[in-house]
Amino acid sequence: MDIEESKKIIVEKLTKKSKTKSKFYLKDFYKMIPDEKPRAVKNLVNQMVKEEILEYWSSGSTTMIGLKGVGKQASAEDEA
Amino acid sequence: MAKHETPLLDQLESGPWPSFVSDLKQEAESRAKNEKNMEYQIPVDAVDDLLGVLELSYKHGRTHWKHGGIVGVFGYGGGVIGRYCDQPEMFPGVAHFHTMRVNQPAGKFYTTEYLNNLCDLWEFRGSGITNMHGSTGDIILIGTETRQLEEVFYELTHTYNQDLGGSGSNLRTPADCIGQARCEYACYDTQAICHELTQEYQDELHRPAFPYKFKFKFDGCPNCCVASIARSDMSYIGTWRDEIRIDAEAVKGYVGGEIPSNAGAHSGRDWGPFDIQKEVIDLCPTGCMIYENDELKINNKECTRCMHCINVMPRALRIGNDRGCSILVGAKAPILDGAQMGSLLVPFIKVEEPYDEIKEVIENVWDWWMEEGKNRERLGELIKRQGFQKLLEMTNIKAVPQHVQEPRSNPYIFWREDEVEGGWERDVVEYRKHHQR
Ligand code: SF4
Ligand code: SF4
Repeated sequence: MDIEESKKIIVEKLTKKSKTKSKFYLKDFYKMIPDEKPRAVKNLVNQMVKEEILEYWSSGSTTMIGLKGVGKQASAEDEA
Repeated sequence: MAKHETPLLDQLESGPWPSFVSDLKQEAESRAKNEKNMEYQIPVDAVDDLLGVLELSYKHGRTHWKHGGIVGVFGYGGGVIGRYCDQPEMFPGVAHFHTMRVNQPAGKFYTTEYLNNLCDLWEFRGSGITNMHGSTGDIILIGTETRQLEEVFYELTHTYNQDLGGSGSNLRTPADCIGQARCEYACYDTQAICHELTQEYQDELHRPAFPYKFKFKFDGCPNCCVASIARSDMSYIGTWRDEIRIDAEAVKGYVGGEIPSNAGAHSGRDWGPFDIQKEVIDLCPTGCMIYENDELKINNKECTRCMHCINVMPRALRIGNDRGCSILVGAKAPILDGAQMGSLLVPFIKVEEPYDEIKEVIENVWDWWMEEGKNRERLGELIKRQGFQKLLEMTNIKAVPQHVQEPRSNPYIFWREDEVEGGWERDVVEYRKHHQR
């Protein structure tokens, strides 16, 4: 997998959908890079979180992932 | 003087049991007094406001907490649960009130010094309120602000040698019973394997990679003190495959009344003299015990290791010598389809370091679930959807009689087409020549 290429695809796809949806399940990312093994995509997503391109959102029971700073949640959660 | 009037909460204190409301009030008061002269890093009246918002929720009959959040510590996808109050003007002390989960030590052993330090840290950087322990088993630190999270995390990991636990779509903090540390019923070292698997699967614990939560729990024997069979996706229950060891002398001791039954646990009331027939033999669920001519005999082949007889006469009856555990999968609290207990996957496996055989089962199960599980689908639900037989296939485990709940209900033994001569296809025209509709 070309890492930079895959990152670009992920950011593009998320940006495109960002008007209607800001949080995604990990499984949705597998579909964005269908040729890669899920494990590799998972590692890439974690990498992108570390690089602060993506961020986790957690309800406590489920984890979702979105572009950092996108969506209602981000603006509602100021840095207190 | 309390900051908010809380008549509904006050009523909760009137019952005979210890009340969390009294605990919260005590903590609110202690923070106000601040006898240790702490420089509180979050509002001193956070606990007062917590009582206030809870009272309001009781009044309105709905919650005033928002759902979830993006907060966490760097590099981790679990361990912190964002909590925000939807009435921040009324209750500024709990406007941001995140929960932190801390991985409890195996068997929940602490030194007093450690607990004191932990409480001081949380008093300083959080609300001071803890939950020892949450239902997953973790130490729960309730309520702090975003900027305190990294600080607490740094202190925990650097000063107290302690890590955050799991939350979200992660492996949750593995939990175990106290096991061989104190309990003679333990059929394997629950703490050793709990600790080992916690270390081995750090990535799964901290970086969400699963369709939903996944829990391991370790019970040293079928008494199931951590209730693994009811509340973990993968439950390890200690068992043995040889005979219950009988000490005939001690049996006489129980029958003669010299040794109190149930280790004296029921001695608060006079239940009359011990009756081995009524209290042990007749209550054996498989009817495999007999007491004749002052001698106790067990047909061990029929025994399901329910623990009843051992619990009643612990000095006379002891677990067998050839010990290991059974692995059950798919339990969960009610989500879609009601509560579900674990189903037996591995009837018996030795529990010995480095646990390679057990890890293989775990990783096969995960591979299947990560591939096939839908979003927010627990392992138990996937087993229901695709069938237990599929699970056996994915884990390379052969169907055995122990997998069958009762005849004709779930045989798990089906032929595949390529195993049957001629396959599934047949010539219907030819068939109809000889058989009418
Ligand atoms: S589950 Fe069994 S071994 Fe573990 S503490 Fe309870 S009684 Fe003892
Ligand atoms: S452990 Fe349970 S099933 Fe086995 S002999 Fe004792 S009472 Fe019977």
